[in-house]
Amino acid sequence: MDLGLSEEQEMLKRSARDVLQHECPKTLVKQLDESEEGYSPELWRKMAELGWLGLLFPEEYGGSGGSFVDLTVLLEEMGYNILPGPFFSTVILGGLPLLSAGSEEQKEDLLPKVAGGEKILTMALTEPSVSYEASAVKTTAIAANDGYVINGTKLFVPDANVADTILCVARTKEAADPEDGITIFLVDADSPGVEVTLLKTLARDKQCEVIFNNVSVPGENILGDLDRGWPVVQEMLQKATVAKCAEMVGGAQAALEMAVSYAKERVQFNRPIGSFQAIQHYCANMVSDVDGSRFVTYKAAWKVSEGLPAAMDVAVAKAWTSGAYGRVTLTAHQIFGAIGFTMDHDLHLYYRRAKASEMMFGDGAYHRAIVARELGL
Amino acid sequence: MDFRLSEQEEAFRKEVDDFIQKELPAGWTEESLYWPGGYGAIPDFEEINPAADRFRKRLAEKGWLAIAWPEEYGGGGRSHIEQAIFYERLSYYRAPGPDVGTLIAGPTILRFGSDETKREWLPRIAKAEIRFWLAYSEPNSGSDLASIRSTAIEDGDDLIINGQKTWSSGAHVSDYAWMVVRTDPAVAPHKGISLVIVDNKSEGITIKPLINILGFHSFNEVFFDDVRVPKSNIVGEMNQGWYYLMAALDYERLVVSIGGLRRTLEELLEYVRGTDGNGQPLSGDPMVRDRLAELAVEIEVADVFFWQTAWMLDRGLIPNIEASVLKLVTTELSRKLANTAMDVMGPYAQLERDSKLAPITGRVCTGYLDCISALVGAGTSEIQRNIIAMRGLGLPWS
Ligand SMILES: Cc1cc2nc3c(=O)[nH]c(=O)nc-3n(C[C@H](O)[C@H](O)[C@H](O)COP(=O)(O)OP(=O)(O)OC[C@H]3O[C@@H](n4cnc5c(N)ncnc54)[C@H](O)[C@@H]3O)c2cc1C
Repeated sequence: MDLGLSEEQEMLKRSARDVLQHECPKTLVKQLDESEEGYSPELWRKMAELGWLGLLFPEEYGGSGGSFVDLTVLLEEMGYNILPGPFFSTVILGGLPLLSAGSEEQKEDLLPKVAGGEKILTMALTEPSVSYEASAVKTTAIAANDGYVINGTKLFVPDANVADTILCVARTKEAADPEDGITIFLVDADSPGVEVTLLKTLARDKQCEVIFNNVSVPGENILGDLDRGWPVVQEMLQKATVAKCAEMVGGAQAALEMAVSYAKERVQFNRPIGSFQAIQHYCANMVSDVDGSRFVTYKAAWKVSEGLPAAMDVAVAKAWTSGAYGRVTLTAHQIFGAIGFTMDHDLHLYYRRAKASEMMFGDGAYHRAIVARELGL
Repeated sequence: MDFRLSEQEEAFRKEVDDFIQKELPAGWTEESLYWPGGYGAIPDFEEINPAADRFRKRLAEKGWLAIAWPEEYGGGGRSHIEQAIFYERLSYYRAPGPDVGTLIAGPTILRFGSDETKREWLPRIAKAEIRFWLAYSEPNSGSDLASIRSTAIEDGDDLIINGQKTWSSGAHVSDYAWMVVRTDPAVAPHKGISLVIVDNKSEGITIKPLINILGFHSFNEVFFDDVRVPKSNIVGEMNQGWYYLMAALDYERLVVSIGGLRRTLEELLEYVRGTDGNGQPLSGDPMVRDRLAELAVEIEVADVFFWQTAWMLDRGLIPNIEASVLKLVTTELSRKLANTAMDVMGPYAQLERDSKLAPITGRVCTGYLDCISALVGAGTSEIQRNIIAMRGLGLPWS
């Protein structure tokens, strides 16, 4: 057994912490949050140079062949510092399905561009029902001429406002089994009929409504097999869920550190507030929340990385980490008092993201239901 | 024992309800972002809203703004139960009206002020002519309010004030500061504090905006540089301010939006009945039913605390521990309401007021942020628990 990070992973962690601290200070985070695009092209290029965008891709596609645990380490740091932008969408929502189901041609065409920072991807999966079940995919793609015509509304699509290519999950066949008859299409975001509306969200993350109105797509833009897209989505979702947990663990760690150092500095009643038992207990609760989250997240990441069955562990990680990140940021707010209630302060950036992350890929209740199912209930 | 309202009280409740429905601008309740317990989205703090101002004036004309004060000071001369009925209805409609003057400064003046002070300030508050802001907190004095450093030094018939206040909600839209200052630095901290009313227009006052996490300008930093105030503006006795302040804080903690909690719950119920969740109304989902039932139970509990304090006031008792318990229970409920609403509405709840598709005016999104302030303002939850433990249970301070 070895529960620690490898030397390379430690190095990756340190360098990511360092780079993000310098290149993505909170002033930039706030500026990006309030901007329409939500990312810095300059920083995006830098991330390409550092090999982050291609971390998970094999060398032949311009990547460095890293493991899923490596990516988890990087994402934890991104959550710790906060890195606004389409990294998650591009690498996980877009990159992973491309890698696992793309044709040689598609991979050769797109992956090097992703790794090089030239292309931004995302996946349009959820619809107004916001369900992650196959039955919720109502958007249709109907064969016409040499290709397909897509119609439907996708909702809460991250970063569609800046994506070059959208992986659209659509129904190509009505079948008794809702998982049958789903196909993934690579849709050029500039295609006529694609209408993207940026939604204004709590976390200022760039989630969008994407309406496909008679969008024509050539047949060669199918990713994987016709009607057999759902297993590809599922595999991606499992990884994305763990990846989101990794970000949350980093964010919770940051909120904890901020609160503890403030509790040591802030003096009321002639003593640091950290000397009050109420505050000490809060901090202790936060530690157990953060550490617990990290353990379950890395366990799930490792299982996913090794290709082991991970349904239970992923659900446990997301159920627990979602709740924990929320609790930790809320407790941190309580410790900061009024100063944390100002826009100028950094804590609300984490508090907002905690809720957005909790909702992404199913909240605690959703994953507890999976746990119940895995337990055979 | 009898939990019912009297016939007369029922009639009054109906009168208030009709009045609010008639006088409140159309759509106000639906548009308002006010979150029960929160301090970040109170419409008055953001800007002086002409509609809110007109409504407040109408309440004043009715004699309801200072509803339980004696009539000689412009009050409505009604009971505290009637006052509670009135507040419950107002908050149910998220209506503006009661403010620092009517809820905190006025009752404190009524109890501790000289006749002269009462005559000077109370009628103007009751007529909605003037507004107050609370000048308590300073950069180094939050929970530990007795440690304030702002000073007031006697100079003939005047005091000269120097110092800084912060988190000053509504200072930018008010006329007077309800201020605690140090008037005797030589004695124990809480023995050298006075409560004084300071005109915002005085020379030497600088107000700088602070933007809260909802993005609103609700509070400020306020700097006092050799600000001259007549000694007659001292409330009660000089150096007795701490004791008045404790009472003023109890009054503040009685201001809970019991109707607002209920209103938002009703909106949630309506939402789950009318929203599809995988082929059936969300209201059929056992998780949703359980969470909303849990909320409803706690609102009922808070409701009993609320009427209890009104009943005490009518018997001449000043709620103290009761005020802290009420504040604690309702603010934690405010937070729970926001979290439950988020969970039940799911990703739609993260949409802001001016976003496409935002449900119930995006109120849940801002409420999720604003509920944080409920547990901090007017004494944090930890301070309420300390009060309950020490003043209530007699546990030792150290
Ligand atoms: C939205 C908003 C509006 C406000 N409006 C006004 C206003 O109009 N006028 C005004 O004067 N003030 C206002 N306040 C300030 C408010 O009264 C203070 O924020 C509050 O008293 C807490 O002080 P603090 O923020 O400095 O936190 P601190 O006192 O620094 O407390 C930080 C943490 O330490 C804990 N702590 C402190 N002492 C103890 C103890 N003895 N035991 C256990 N835990 C302890 C607190 O509970 C908290 O969790 C407002 C605050 C907010 C958030």
